[in-house]
Amino acid sequence: VNADDVIEQSKDHPHRKHYTDSSRKTYHQSWSRDEDAAEVPKYTLPTNGIPSRSAYQLIHDEMTLDGNPTLNLASFVHTWMPPEAEKLIMENINKNAVDLDEYPATQVIHSRCISMIADLWKAPKDSKVIGTATAGSSEAIMLGGLAMKKRWQELRKDAGKDCSHPNIVFGANAQVALEKFARYWDVETRLVPVKAESDFIMDPKEAIKYVDENTIGVMIILGSTYTGHFENVQEMSDLLDNLQAKTGLDVPIHVDGASGGFFAPFAYPDYKWSFDIPRVHSINTSGHKFGLVYAGLGWILWRDESFLHKDLIFELHYLGSTEYSFTLNFSKPAAPILCQMFNFLNLGFEGYKRIAIKDLRNARLLSRALDSTYFTVLSNIHKPANRSASKPTKGIDEDDPNFYQIGLPVVTFRQVFTLILLSDEFKATYPHVKQEWIPMMLKAKGWIIPNYNAPLGEENVELLRVVVRETLSEDLVERLIVDILETTESLAGRSSKPAEIPLGVVSATPKGLHQPDKEHGRPNAENFNSSQDGIGQVAFSRQC
Amino acid sequence: MALSKHVNPDRLIQESRDKKNHHHSLTKSDPNKVTHPYGARYGTASIPKFHIPSKGTDAQSAYQLIHDELSLDGSPSLNLASFVHTWMPDPANKLMMENMSKNLIDQDEYPMTQLIHTRCINILADLWHAPHSHEAVGTATTGSSEAIQLGGLAMKRIWQEKRKAAGKSIHEPGPNIVMGANAQVALEKFARYFEVECRLVPVSVESKYRLDPKKAMEYVDENTIGVYVILGSTYTGHYEPVKEMSDLLDEYEKQSGINVPIHVDGASGAFVAPFASPKLLWDFKLPRVISINTSGHKFGLAYVGVGFVIWRSKQYLPKDLIFELHYLGSVEYSFSLNFSRPAAPIIAQYFNFLHLGFEGYRAVALDDLKNARVLSRALERTGWYTVLSDIHRVKDAGLLAKGAKQAIGFDEENAEEDGLPVVSFRFSDDFQAKYADIQQKWIQTLLRSKGWIVPNYELAPDLEHVQILRVVVRENMSEALVDRLVADIVEITEDLTKRASSTHALDLLGSHSQSTSAKSHEGKMEEGSASEYSGTYAKTC
Repeated sequence: VNADDVIEQSKDHPHRKHYTDSSRKTYHQSWSRDEDAAEVPKYTLPTNGIPSRSAYQLIHDEMTLDGNPTLNLASFVHTWMPPEAEKLIMENINKNAVDLDEYPATQVIHSRCISMIADLWKAPKDSKVIGTATAGSSEAIMLGGLAMKKRWQELRKDAGKDCSHPNIVFGANAQVALEKFARYWDVETRLVPVKAESDFIMDPKEAIKYVDENTIGVMIILGSTYTGHFENVQEMSDLLDNLQAKTGLDVPIHVDGASGGFFAPFAYPDYKWSFDIPRVHSINTSGHKFGLVYAGLGWILWRDESFLHKDLIFELHYLGSTEYSFTLNFSKPAAPILCQMFNFLNLGFEGYKRIAIKDLRNARLLSRALDSTYFTVLSNIHKPANRSASKPTKGIDEDDPNFYQIGLPVVTFRQVFTLILLSDEFKATYPHVKQEWIPMMLKAKGWIIPNYNAPLGEENVELLRVVVRETLSEDLVERLIVDILETTESLAGRSSKPAEIPLGVVSATPKGLHQPDKEHGRPNAENFNSSQDGIGQVAFSRQC
Repeated sequence: MALSKHVNPDRLIQESRDKKNHHHSLTKSDPNKVTHPYGARYGTASIPKFHIPSKGTDAQSAYQLIHDELSLDGSPSLNLASFVHTWMPDPANKLMMENMSKNLIDQDEYPMTQLIHTRCINILADLWHAPHSHEAVGTATTGSSEAIQLGGLAMKRIWQEKRKAAGKSIHEPGPNIVMGANAQVALEKFARYFEVECRLVPVSVESKYRLDPKKAMEYVDENTIGVYVILGSTYTGHYEPVKEMSDLLDEYEKQSGINVPIHVDGASGAFVAPFASPKLLWDFKLPRVISINTSGHKFGLAYVGVGFVIWRSKQYLPKDLIFELHYLGSVEYSFSLNFSRPAAPIIAQYFNFLHLGFEGYRAVALDDLKNARVLSRALERTGWYTVLSDIHRVKDAGLLAKGAKQAIGFDEENAEEDGLPVVSFRFSDDFQAKYADIQQKWIQTLLRSKGWIVPNYELAPDLEHVQILRVVVRENMSEALVDRLVADIVEITEDLTKRASSTHALDLLGSHSQSTSAKSHEGKMEEGSASEYSGTYAKTC
């Protein structure tokens, strides 16, 4: 069934005349909106426009079909800023961050942000740190990878060796941006499979086996998007030091701190992962994740400008001054950068720290609640750091993140293999309740919680994930726990009539229904021969 | 006191502070605790520049502090250097604020935002005459840079696949791409970052400061992944002849069997030409044009942060570049360089499509051109300036005496040359001969002191000895503002020519001294840290 056709056939056609007769237009807003909308085609540019208020109302109303950003627990991206920050955004929404000479004050703020982040990441005082704001961590990661590729090429050329087969090593838990870099820039991806025992993250001892003379670098993820675990930068660095001592190969590290770069320094100030490890050449982060800014901001910093090859920097001669550009995007909004500075000033170190501690506290609450019911929690931030101590010893602040295992405020959980439901009347098992139904049912309540497969190596494990951001208050966590438990129990209870649920749920998936509006102008499975097409994409790619 | 050339302002301020006394701790009036009405504790204490302050300050004062600092920025609406749009109506602002927290990439969470994205792609594909608009694929980008790189990457991958299929090496010799030397920096960036040899075709006065297709053919060979044709040179606003380039490449294919595609960089022009010059052949009507990019934030009239790239059909976007996202039971596809990005600019773009419609865009484009012509003619009539852009000149100058048409303010639709509403001008030869000591760059500096931002820069390689001033006439550059601008330019120029005036004395000072301010050196590049100046003029746009 083509929904568009059905709608077209169901319209009152004689009324067309009425719509175009402007003399009969009413001035009541909701009426004029419908009349205006009737003349607006969906897939072509309308010949004549409509009043700005109608256009606003039309789009505003349509947007109500979107999920609620606050309840979007699938994403690491921050969704709230104070009204003062929003005012700042509106005032500067028309400023272009790339117009260096036109907006000098904006440039100064950009530079200060870089300095502050460099200090936060313990950049050595004697080196010349350089960096730039980006549209997000994807761009930042690609720039980091590109710099490593160029460095490797130059070293190989100088040694008179072939430089056409570079490779890069990272864990299978990598976010899609890392793999994108490799494919777009013709670098071979060497994915290190992950194991459940190693917490679904890259094990440095495994990773070192993949390193050879053609390795441009190792990307280490500070804060796996699957479970929030930090990959061990120090251990990887030590292993690469050993390798260099043995073979002379100098393989650099880029840390993908998309989430962790703005979390670890505040929650775990003593944890070693940043520029205080000399092998770390560059680090990226997202201002719009735990940097607490709206979507549209990332950062990348190099420990020293010598690690960013000159070929990658473009000189801009403009308005009497010379400026430098080394980003993939050119024009981009200045407002997010200003918001980052707003947060630095408004929150300070203490403010960021309190938010990090609060996020972790709420994540622990959720973890414990889930762990004690129908689920196994795979993230570790609720487990004491000392695995043998089950109870906190006296005198230790139980709220101190250092008392627990380190990680992002992420709760990853899965249904216990056989769902056991205890009720007054009976005790039964429901192996046929599918975990993927839980998010679908939760979505009806407004919550957005993704269900996906674990990375290569453990790809048969299905995970549910909640990112505990600043906006997920304790109050909301309590509601979430109630809703998850209720949903799980109702699924188990109702599934005693198996025919009903699967059908109902399946038809809710996008594949079951023909949705012409969704298929226009975008790649779809038919266009690209679906997932069976052997492109060889292995890592699980997901939103974050 | 001897004038020192290298004063470090940071140190100077440090030395000039009140000496620290410890009275505060005695009188208990710690400035950190006092709630100052304005600026709070940073009213007198130095603002942290190199580390995050350990304690924060309240939101109101953080706002005020940044707000005040930003008053040193130029005014976006007087920024005539940039093509980037700077105004939207209030309902659009409201819509953007409402959707500020939405991430475009969360396709499943925000399904309606996705539909709007899809509709934008369809509307553009249709506007650019894609053979079947539902066949066309495309994506929103952060701006034209990302879009151009995606377009180039697709062409590179197609070339690589062709070479591999033919059993030929993709490394020796490597791929190359052809473009005019007037290209914007993004085009060259693509070549350098993605390791494609950049073949710049020199421009000349005869080629109207843009790509000459006949000359471009000398640079094309079997390893050419494609030709970038720029619709709307950022120097002078001239459209490059897409049709002629396409015809020459057709001929080349007939002779050699080598198929070289065209990507049109319509960063500015793809939102001007369809409305102002609907008869111009430049888009998907030409089968050789496989992809087009544009900036929604230029003549698409949205705020900065939105671009688009569209391929005429899915076959020109290699599967290899598309990533699958498995999520919440659905499969989505991603082919962009950025991942998380704000949804608000795309929503604003769609707002414009609905609000303005074809007629609205056309009215804006024609008004821009009209105002640009007024400015062009006024400048030429001073006798001091020569205008390099051609939008105020009549297409076929042979039909009527040029002067006569201009004299009557000839204003018939499409009688003038097609192009962007850009006015590029320089001192006329007469003026230069008469006042050889007056430097053109002073116009830029003196206009800046009146608030106008009008850049002065060299033309593309081979013409780099020519300096031009450039004004982009955007929607907010009303006739009233054009009027003021002309008056200010005239006043400044006149003043410079008067030997006794103070501005003339300034001019004699020679090159305006670069301040050695230390303000922005931390975390920034120093002189000479970039790759060698490639010759093309890399400029903001």
